[in-house]
Amino acid sequence: MDLWNLNPVALPPEHEDLRGNVRTFLAEEIAMGRITPRCDQWLGGWDPAFSRRLGESGWVGMTFPTKYGGSGKGALARFVVTEELLAAGAPVAAHWIADRQTGPGLLRFGSAEQKEAFLPLIAQGQYYFAAGMSEPDTGSDLASVRTSGRRIDGGWRVSGTKVWTSGAHLAQAMVVLARTEPRSSDRHAGLTQFIIELPDPNVQIRPIRLLTGEHHFNEVVLDDVFVPDTRVLGEPGSGWKQVTSELAMERSGPERILSTFPLLAAATDYLAENSSRIDMARFGAVVARIWALRQMSLAVAGRLEVGAAPAAEAATVKDLGTRFETVVIDTVRLLTELEPDSGSDQEIPRMLAESILHSPGFTLRGGTNEILRGVVARQLGVR
Amino acid sequence: MNDIIAELEAAVGEACAKHGGTDSVSASSTGGWNPRLWAALEQIGVTAISVAEEHGGSGGDISTAVAVLEVLGQHSVGVPLAETALLAGWLLADCGAVLPSGPMTACLAGSDLRLERKDDNLSVHGTVARVPWARCVDHVVVLGAGRVVLLHRDDFRVREGTNLAGEPRDDISIATSVPLVRVHDVTVESGISDRGFRTRAALARAAHIAGAARRALELAVTYAGEREQFGRPIAGFQAVQQHLAAMAGEVLLAKVAVEAAALALDTEDDPDVAVAAAKAVAGQVAGLVSSLAHQVHGAIGFTDEHPLHYSTTRLWAWRDEAGNENYWSTELGRRAVSAGSHGLWPLLVGKRSHSARR
Repeated sequence: MDLWNLNPVALPPEHEDLRGNVRTFLAEEIAMGRITPRCDQWLGGWDPAFSRRLGESGWVGMTFPTKYGGSGKGALARFVVTEELLAAGAPVAAHWIADRQTGPGLLRFGSAEQKEAFLPLIAQGQYYFAAGMSEPDTGSDLASVRTSGRRIDGGWRVSGTKVWTSGAHLAQAMVVLARTEPRSSDRHAGLTQFIIELPDPNVQIRPIRLLTGEHHFNEVVLDDVFVPDTRVLGEPGSGWKQVTSELAMERSGPERILSTFPLLAAATDYLAENSSRIDMARFGAVVARIWALRQMSLAVAGRLEVGAAPAAEAATVKDLGTRFETVVIDTVRLLTELEPDSGSDQEIPRMLAESILHSPGFTLRGGTNEILRGVVARQLGVR
Repeated sequence: MNDIIAELEAAVGEACAKHGGTDSVSASSTGGWNPRLWAALEQIGVTAISVAEEHGGSGGDISTAVAVLEVLGQHSVGVPLAETALLAGWLLADCGAVLPSGPMTACLAGSDLRLERKDDNLSVHGTVARVPWARCVDHVVVLGAGRVVLLHRDDFRVREGTNLAGEPRDDISIATSVPLVRVHDVTVESGISDRGFRTRAALARAAHIAGAARRALELAVTYAGEREQFGRPIAGFQAVQQHLAAMAGEVLLAKVAVEAAALALDTEDDPDVAVAAAKAVAGQVAGLVSSLAHQVHGAIGFTDEHPLHYSTTRLWAWRDEAGNENYWSTELGRRAVSAGSHGLWPLLVGKRSHSARR
């Protein structure tokens, strides 16, 4: 079974030097008050100025070749940078989708003109994409999307409604998955990805607010939006294959483990002061698990680095990792005995509140965990 | 994974299939020792793996040794390979001694064992509890009082005991004088310590667990595809598929964790966090995987006639050996809390030595 090809990765010394540079940069950012550590910042931390500073340092678009403004340093170097950013609770939401999946998608399937138009701007931390996959009633069943693309002279007319589109109100573009051929017995055939630049008079973006009142998600209504042929991503009809190739990248990253890490780190100082009465084994069990999950996530990055598409392995990382993110919350909550409070000026109550109110999303976004276990079951040959 | 490891895994797997399997279990009920498998492993050249060749070992690093231990765990076979190579062999070789031939085991001298220098001998008196494979080995290597002591078969008496899987975990009593030629003072440079011993023992058991967990999963997948209920194989039910997928995730986690810990021992300045985490996680995984495997198997799985118990009794036994989840989690918890909010992440990420061997 392919699953067992997942082997630990020893990062080369130059990657550890890179890690040191990122750490120094982040410490300065925090010390100067430019950023404040928070939980789940890859969803909620939209900070274009910070994204630009990262871009200037060469830490966005690291998997892009230099001719498109990237550093060409590969998946493992990117892994090191992203895990440092997440562990520090840095605001990375603005460039996150563009860096993680749109950029690699463009590299793999985009036209020369598209690559030249978008990749350098993404790598500069200046150009942000939203991912238009989910729809009302679709959820994890992406093949059932109803947004449609109709062929016209010189392009397409796209109509439909997308939901849960993170950052669509702030991004400069979104990639929309649409049905461009009638549904056939092959549900995965006849889907196409379109790049729609924003704002567009025929695109309406409405907020869907979270429990915290924050505005990250949107409902996006596409009403006969004109998309020129030059903004079709990849081949018409190949949308499914293209989207699934994004999923291993989307599901296995350190963001599936570390969303609540800043809370865990903050708790250590509190627990040190109250060490006489804390359950060290309980706290340590969480530390052990996060260590192992990180190794697993890193191992998948190692597979990606060599060009493999470890879909089932990525699914296991997301299943285990996202459930673990909530275990972190419960462990800190029960051991510190502090009450979550969004308005608190103390770190732990504030982070507890942020994390708890965000937590239902952990096991939903990027494909529900039940769906992911279905992917693994298929790999095991029982489905 | 490199080719050498892949080749060794294949060879060891073949030997286990030929000489191990249920045979080893019947062997364990009659003394817990599978000499045919041991001979086959000696021929492959893995019984003293990770010990340098100039000390009579088979060469190779900890990562290679751990890969072999995973295969043994997967096949539920009983041989003291971890004890011979990773513990006794390590202690002797790092003291500059050459390994004797044959299977060995090793232990820490606890509070019930006294070691005292007397003239040209070392007097060793007392007992050590639950020494793996003691009844089957030619030598026991004891670490205590700053010394590494090589005991011969006639230096100790055995009171037989077993773990849940029937593997020998014997109490030994010792009343002997060991000539100094078999006593080695532990030097600072050797890197030998009680902690190092515990770390290696824990990694070995975690590797066994990773292998056994994988076998439990494989058995569950096979059974779910064969066993029919309500007119179709139970693998057709989503609830069962979810159990199997959840197991696969845990098994994969244990595998990557133990191999990463082995890599840490091979390359890092401070591998203790890695091994502590790997054993703690392996213990978590052992519990989860054995309960899910039994759930999928239904009642047949906990009968003597079905092979699942060869794996699950080992999972239950090994999670409590060489420090259970709480022992290693407490170690980690203490380190994490003293690292503090700025030190926790660096602690988890670890630091590779730049003079890494691989």
